Amino acid sequence: MYKILEKQVFSPIIKELVVEAPKVAKSCKSGQFIILRIHEEGERIPLTIADYDREKGTITIVFQEVGKTTTQLGQMEVGDYIKDFVGPLGEPSHIEKFDGTVVVVGGGVGIAPVHPIARDLKEAGNNVIGIIGSRSGDLLFWEDKMRDACSELQVTTDDGSYVRKGFVTDVLKEIIEAKGKENIPLVLAIGPQPMMRAVCNLTKEYGVKTVVSLNATMVDGTGMCGCCRVSIAGATKFVCVDGPEFDGHDVDWFELSRRGGIFRDKEQKAMEHHVCKCGSGCGGAK
Amino acid sequence: MTEAKKPKKEIKPVKNPMPAQDALVRAKNFSEVATGYTQETVIDEAKRCLQCRKEPCRQGCPVEVDIPAFIGLVAEGDFTGAISKIKEKNALPAVCGRVCPQEAQCEKYCTLGKKHDPVGIGRIERFCADWELATGVKVPEVAPPTGKRVAIVGSGPGGLTCAADLAKLGHKVVMFEALHVAGGVLMYGIPEFRLPKAVVQAEVENLRKIGVEIEVNSVVGKFTTVDALMEEQGFDAVYIGTGAGLPYFMNIPGENACGVYSANEFLTRTNLMKAYQFPDCDTPIKLGKKVAVLGGGNVAMDSARTALRLGAEESYIVYRRSHEELPARKEEAEHAEEEGVKFAFLTSPTEIVQNEDGWVTGMKCLKYELGEPDASGRRRPVAIEGSEFLMDIDTVVVAIGQGPNPLVPRTTKGLELTKRGNIVADEKAATSKPGVYAGGDVVTGAATVILAMGAGRTAANSIHEYLSSK
Ligand SMILES: Cc1cc2nc3c(=O)[nH]c(=O)nc-3n(C[C@H](O)[C@H](O)[C@H](O)COP(=O)(O)OP(=O)(O)OC[C@H]3O[C@@H](n4cnc5c(N)ncnc54)[C@H](O)[C@@H]3O)c2cc1C
Ligand SMILES: Cc1cc2nc3c(=O)[nH]c(=O)nc-3n(C[C@H](O)[C@H](O)[C@H](O)COP(=O)(O)OP(=O)(O)OC[C@H]3O[C@@H](n4cnc5c(N)ncnc54)[C@H](O)[C@@H]3O)c2cc1C
Ligand code: SF4
Ligand code: SF4
Ligand code: FES
Repeated sequence: MYKILEKQVFSPIIKELVVEAPKVAKSCKSGQFIILRIHEEGERIPLTIADYDREKGTITIVFQEVGKTTTQLGQMEVGDYIKDFVGPLGEPSHIEKFDGTVVVVGGGVGIAPVHPIARDLKEAGNNVIGIIGSRSGDLLFWEDKMRDACSELQVTTDDGSYVRKGFVTDVLKEIIEAKGKENIPLVLAIGPQPMMRAVCNLTKEYGVKTVVSLNATMVDGTGMCGCCRVSIAGATKFVCVDGPEFDGHDVDWFELSRRGGIFRDKEQKAMEHHVCKCGSGCGGAK
Repeated sequence: MTEAKKPKKEIKPVKNPMPAQDALVRAKNFSEVATGYTQETVIDEAKRCLQCRKEPCRQGCPVEVDIPAFIGLVAEGDFTGAISKIKEKNALPAVCGRVCPQEAQCEKYCTLGKKHDPVGIGRIERFCADWELATGVKVPEVAPPTGKRVAIVGSGPGGLTCAADLAKLGHKVVMFEALHVAGGVLMYGIPEFRLPKAVVQAEVENLRKIGVEIEVNSVVGKFTTVDALMEEQGFDAVYIGTGAGLPYFMNIPGENACGVYSANEFLTRTNLMKAYQFPDCDTPIKLGKKVAVLGGGNVAMDSARTALRLGAEESYIVYRRSHEELPARKEEAEHAEEEGVKFAFLTSPTEIVQNEDGWVTGMKCLKYELGEPDASGRRRPVAIEGSEFLMDIDTVVVAIGQGPNPLVPRTTKGLELTKRGNIVADEKAATSKPGVYAGGDVVTGAATVILAMGAGRTAANSIHEYLSSK
């Protein structure tokens, strides 16, 4: 059992939990993820490690409520226990001192997983420009943490309700134009699939290397089931053990998004089943 | 030739049939198919045994259970005596009695089998184990603590056996398991209707009772390594029993379409995550009306039978060779057929066809014929030119085998591996690395429960020897 030590609510659907998991905290690196299961009947879901404290033995996760498990997780409070919490899983991010400016892009809930990678890249001596964006200002979080993690931070919102109006790709384009594509050895983008795809389309035009973190559907997270398979440059890879980070220009986005929808009708059913359990709209968390 | 101890007695030629749920009823539920002998039938079956002095049946059992002795005790109605006898050699009889391929092991060598049905050794063994589980398991004696610590990586049948043996010898045993429950394939692969999960968990509980610490949610190679376990965490020896969990695919076009599963995913969702209880359990599984399972082993049979239980209207085994070469346990193939699984023999797919949304709509296949025997002695299937046809199916389960998961081999320094990535271990289960032992599927490739258990026991003996000499 893994105890929830802290909770923060960033918006009605985006929340942060700090969980006691010393084994994971001791060995994890940025870019890796955990899989959790809330209770005995629960599903195993992957979430990226957004931060960690090796001394306190804690892992921070930030998630968006999109379905039954994330909604139930959002209803858990400090002092509650998560049944299973396994990690670190996946390969860590590749960190080195690059020549030039590294740009990290976090969209929506993707701001959280980008954070530790940005911090490591800066600590490795890189000039790191961060771009964070969300649909609107009230969905934005961790602006201060990102400001610390990056050498320079740009903020944008789709509806212009905070700082500036526009997509992260608009800001990225300006930076590439201003710095020159040859001075940007790496763009790292994490966020919703359409955002990562848009970033890749843009950087492909300029020939700028782009790494993305894929969120395929998973079960075990150890390479045992093949549920998370994706086509990378024509070869099948397992996101959980070969990834989650891949060269975005090699990803078969079409296949990834189709495979992500396999259980959509079932997921809706799970959600309805879960809400109707008590009928009060509490969500029926167990 | 073996002779019978006693003068001629009347022999019942046929095995007492195993009571089972009706085929058409059970094909729609997940309860155990074979319901087990009653006390009367088990005694009757035990009395068929000739008590051969040369014990030919024993040589067929990889762990050499003293078969004549325990069956003799059952014939006298002494079930307590019988189960103790079995447990001298076999730590998981409730499991083995159910899933051992007896026709290729103990029962293959039974004297009775030459003219008649062999004695139902597995069924008698299962009865004894179930009887013990129902009446209360005696906790075995544990030797005084030796102060030595052993780490077991992977909690499949091999790891469970190795842990039990070492704990009884007084060593401190900590078992690390990647998933959220212990049991390995017994929990995530073999379906509930063939091996109830409560049976496996009862065995796991027994380990806890003798002091084995079980750490689930612990992926070795990720949160720690084998080297760190020995150098930093003070373990004196390690047993690696991580199994063969890496699913193979056919590498044909369309294999990443929606509606194509590896058998591991299909069975894990259903068994471990209980998708058959969806939406009371959260993990979904989705299948169409017509399911094709590729392969002919136990894994394929389990998948095809699971598909029927999940509501498929048609479930096919698509196998390159013929009925005779099916590698599955005989009883499983028979059960599958009774339940309505259909067999497409001498058939192999070349492409999975999908619609514009990426969902499976059919499978292009070739017909095969059997040619000359290959290295394994089985006749090699050869494709018949121009025999291509389209199979009308909408879900595919790939069950063509598994390789070793590379997480542990890749992160352990100085561990010798085969070309296929299996760990090299000698007949004493020792690897190329001092203090590190390995056994089960990760060494042999996908094999059987009892062979993994045999390896776990061998490793325990070797580890004990190693620790005693240290
Ligand atoms: C390596 C990895 C890291 C991740 N890290 C984070 C994270 O840090 N924060 C976070 O909020 N989410 C993260 N995700 C996504 C998260 O796992 C899913 O949102 C979660 O599984 C949804 O579960 P649910 O039961 O709440 O919703 P479900 O009922 O399972 O799904 C509801 C909706 O979400 C979509 N969905 C389902 N699974 C995924 C998925 N894996 N990725 C994207 N959409 C999905 C479905 O198509 C459906 O529309 C990560 C995914 C992976 C693979
Ligand atoms: C569907 C199916 C049906 C079968 N039917 C039969 C049958 O009827 N009869 C029969 O005799 N055999 C059968 N088998 C084969 C039999 O189950 C295996 O041969 C046997 O389970 C192998 O045992 P093992 O000890 O090597 O490990 P496994 O049972 O494979 O277990 C290995 C365990 O190690 C864990 N692990 C892996 N990597 C790590 C890591 N890095 N860190 C920690 N833990 C890890 C895994 O999660 C798993 O729990 C079947 C197999 C399958 C898949
Ligand atoms: S363990 Fe398996 S092979 Fe040995 S006697 Fe029992 S059923 Fe037969
Ligand atoms: S089980 Fe068969 S071989 Fe073994 S002693 Fe009895 S009759 Fe003989
Ligand atoms: S989640 Fe099972 S192999 Fe990746």
